[in-house]
Amino acid sequence: MSRLAPHPVLSVALVLMWLFLTRFSLGHLVLGSVIALTAGWAVEHLHPSRPRFRRWIAVPRLISIVMRDILRSNIGVARIVLLGPDHPAYNSGFIDLELRLRDPNAIAVLALIVTATPGTSWVEYERHEGRLLLHVLDLKSDDDWQSLIHDRYEALLMEIFE
Amino acid sequence: MRHLEQLPPWAAIIIALCVAIGASMTLLGGLGVVRLKSFYQRLHAQTLAYSAGTLLTIIASMLMFSLLESRTVLHELIIGVFVIVTTPVTTLMLSRAALRRDRDAKLGHDEIVPPQRRAGPAKPDPASATPPIPAAAAPDRPDR
Repeated sequence: MSRLAPHPVLSVALVLMWLFLTRFSLGHLVLGSVIALTAGWAVEHLHPSRPRFRRWIAVPRLISIVMRDILRSNIGVARIVLLGPDHPAYNSGFIDLELRLRDPNAIAVLALIVTATPGTSWVEYERHEGRLLLHVLDLKSDDDWQSLIHDRYEALLMEIFE
Repeated sequence: MRHLEQLPPWAAIIIALCVAIGASMTLLGGLGVVRLKSFYQRLHAQTLAYSAGTLLTIIASMLMFSLLESRTVLHELIIGVFVIVTTPVTTLMLSRAALRRDRDAKLGHDEIVPPQRRAGPAKPDPASATPPIPAAAAPDRPDR
């Protein structure tokens, strides 16, 4: 089983997706299964680190926090775009902060969150020291981004993945 | 607008609002790409189109077609997941390329960029514009 389907969860998800996107029939089931097994086999050759979910309970909490932040920052960035680039009320800049997360999958999720939130974008991550370089569109000097990122996302991600 | 007429008014209003706001956010994102000055600022503008624009359009489409045809609404969810997962890949690649360009002082700056952090006691030299290979790995690159 493990040689035929090295990533069973991924393969099953792919088969289900294939059946949802096409109409259910035996032919599509066979075709989808072949594609899913090939994909699982290809992923196995990339040697990803397997995600381990420690606590599922924190996932909905993280999603609700992220959705709220995305909504809020969408309004903020829309305002800035409308005000124009020369408005003195905001200035953009880089933020250098330290991540305590080490699990590559958790960091990938954090990158998804930061990128999906307008107003912050992930620029560079340095793995040896765990330094992360962010670019923030509306930079207020009194915001402590280090503890903001840590309290809002990193602590929850550590709870889920590590 | 033939579809909207077949729906109950409350649903039509919600769907129309979602589509209108989503489309306006996408337009604002495009406007931001034109208006904002530096590359890093423009990175934020496109996120506007990608997060709010995609999300609201997907919600509207799911609502409309699940009410009209009572089919599964998973198509749009799959589109949404793929958009969310794949956009950071290109965004990251672009921002890293811009950062490398801006650190190379010969090519001119968009914005003052922080200097590169180097792991270990390596000295800055002309080759420092090239990040060391392990540091250049994308965040989702696994440890071997």
